[in-house]
Amino acid sequence: MLHGYLPSLLHGLALSLGVALCSLAIAALLGLAGALARLSRSRVAQRIALAYTTVIRGVPDLVLMLLVFFGGQLAVNEIAARLGHEDYIDVDPFVAGVLTIGFIFGAYLSETFRGAFLAVPAGQREAGLACGMSRMQVLTRIELPQMLRHALPSLSNNWLVLVKSTAIVSVIGLSDLMLRATQAAGNTREPFVFYAAAALGYLLVTSVSELGFHLLTRRLALPSRGARQP
Amino acid sequence: MPHLFSRALAAALMSLALVTAAQANDWKKIRIGVEGAYPPFSEVGPDGKLHGFDIDIAFALCAQMQAQCTLVQQDFDGLIPALQARKFDAIIASMSITEERKRSVAFSDKYYQTPGRLVVKAGTALQPTREGLKGKRIGVQRSTIHDRFATDTFTGAEIVRYGKQDDVFLDLASGRIDAALADSIAVDVGFLKTPQGKGFQFVGPSYDDPKYFGTGAGVAMRKSDTDLQAKFNAAIAAIRADGSFQKIAAKYFSFDVYGEAPRK
Amino acid sequence: MNFAPILESLPLYLSGLLVTLKLLLIALVAGFVAALPLSTLRASHSPWARLPVWAFTYVVRGTPLLVQLFLVYYGLAQFESVRESVLWPWLQSATFCACVAFGINTCGYTTEILAGAITATPVGEVEAARAMGLSRTQVLRRIVLPGALRRAIPAYGNEVVLMLHGTSLASVVTLLDLTGAAREVNSRHYLPFEAFLTAGAIYLCLTLAIVALVHLAERRWLAHLRART
Repeated sequence: MLHGYLPSLLHGLALSLGVALCSLAIAALLGLAGALARLSRSRVAQRIALAYTTVIRGVPDLVLMLLVFFGGQLAVNEIAARLGHEDYIDVDPFVAGVLTIGFIFGAYLSETFRGAFLAVPAGQREAGLACGMSRMQVLTRIELPQMLRHALPSLSNNWLVLVKSTAIVSVIGLSDLMLRATQAAGNTREPFVFYAAAALGYLLVTSVSELGFHLLTRRLALPSRGARQP
Repeated sequence: MPHLFSRALAAALMSLALVTAAQANDWKKIRIGVEGAYPPFSEVGPDGKLHGFDIDIAFALCAQMQAQCTLVQQDFDGLIPALQARKFDAIIASMSITEERKRSVAFSDKYYQTPGRLVVKAGTALQPTREGLKGKRIGVQRSTIHDRFATDTFTGAEIVRYGKQDDVFLDLASGRIDAALADSIAVDVGFLKTPQGKGFQFVGPSYDDPKYFGTGAGVAMRKSDTDLQAKFNAAIAAIRADGSFQKIAAKYFSFDVYGEAPRK
Repeated sequence: MNFAPILESLPLYLSGLLVTLKLLLIALVAGFVAALPLSTLRASHSPWARLPVWAFTYVVRGTPLLVQLFLVYYGLAQFESVRESVLWPWLQSATFCACVAFGINTCGYTTEILAGAITATPVGEVEAARAMGLSRTQVLRRIVLPGALRRAIPAYGNEVVLMLHGTSLASVVTLLDLTGAAREVNSRHYLPFEAFLTAGAIYLCLTLAIVALVHLAERRWLAHLRART
């Protein structure tokens, strides 16, 4: 039924997943930095973080992807040239895709983390400081673990949106599931079959993810006292 | 804090520079941009690998230049911007040598030349003239010579632009567009000879006005890479002289696809 | 950076902007109107009503918009039976296909948002209404839905912004929306940075306008939840 394209589609699915996971890592780092910047006392840091999240969440993924893909490579080479590096720096399409999506979702995650940090009772931080911990220790040992618990629902949402966004990476030529489905559709002239197969692939990933998050939430849930069941 | 930040940024950029291979300009390693969606010149098979006339020519030229080539796939309308952004060093994607493109990139000598033609559903009384196509929908691939020609010539018609030639054929077959203008071979092999192309035919003359259709398809490179241009020209001449070009062409075409020798 | 060709192309951007707004409006209205009855079913107690709608929203929210768009535009056209059917004059148009795909997508998300808002109706309100003798339909129409619509405003505002961003995919199926205009300019002048920066700036303004409208709506209809100093 798939005219022998199944291995190709599975490769594409694996690549899509790889892009999603690597992007998540980058987005998590950027998100953490952004959240901390927004919550910091430095006005400059706050403004930069606010500009970052506003602009990224205000522009469509496709436009950002095209912008970062073409402009990013130019920028990297400009900087390298100024640093004295004569020859061009080669940015691989996978890296370009991961950096783009990571950059985009760093903005969404920074909002998620910011809300989660605010949900951690202030008393925790104060107690940590009172015990003589440094600010860095308070952050990593007290605030971060608690913050993650609060962030989990929004985080799962962000993850699902991120997975679906990887489909747009096909536009910049990365051989993900979407591009391979398009190639197969073009060659066999049976677009319905292959796009339906691609849809199933994404549905599989989102379903497994939702299950995973459900189990994770149950595991990390605060002991419930009220009526709300996890 | 600010001190740490700028140090971290510098470290990141340095490591980026170290991690990726710095290329010396003896052109032992060349990255070539290809399209991968333009049978029979380049397409991706079920095994996920690229093959086609452009692909074979690319490897033949690289063998001639004794260079190691990697192929990078890119949608046609993004090829020139990507070349200028240094994503690759050369484009071998049936890109025609036109004056308009020569303003942005440099070309090698041509490696083949075929005209463009209109294709319509058989039996429709569509006249291939400006008046005949008024109000009709003509499909073209974005940024190609066919795009430019159709936009300027068939002014009363609605020009519908697609990212891939395959998508033009899909919509032509389903009746969303009334006609398509594309390379005659791409239409013949990629559409007319397929089951979906049954019931369609060429109409009108072969279009080869050099103003739009240029002087054949060549290898596009950045203007500053003059040494690479010389290498490609030498390689093209060599594979035509020693017969390997003809051998590759015979795999795909039953006629001489090189066309007339270029007028100097 | 060379913005001169961009300034020349402003009419193209403007017509692209109009196409984007047209697609957004049609998709939102169609999706919302369809979501009203669907969300009521989704929030129902009976599994016969709830599960089919759940399956619909599950698939729609679990697959990328791009795949859904391709399925409607290229996928349906593959079938001879579709091409001969009475629907074909409609499905032939890329605008119609895009609106259908976007409409279905936003319907799925809106259904979930409204269903969540309906479920969050305080039980007391429903009990009081039933105690006063209102029928089930009346309770729904006069108590539950108005309250749910109010509660849904922040989440729905988010959905409107996401749908605005989603319309940029219309450029992938030949439509000349704002992103399509930018791609056209890029393809003619080879100025990707300037072309997409301009489109991005316009989208940003649109997003900020929508966010401002949502804030106004919240001020009006969620006034009771405003922070009081």
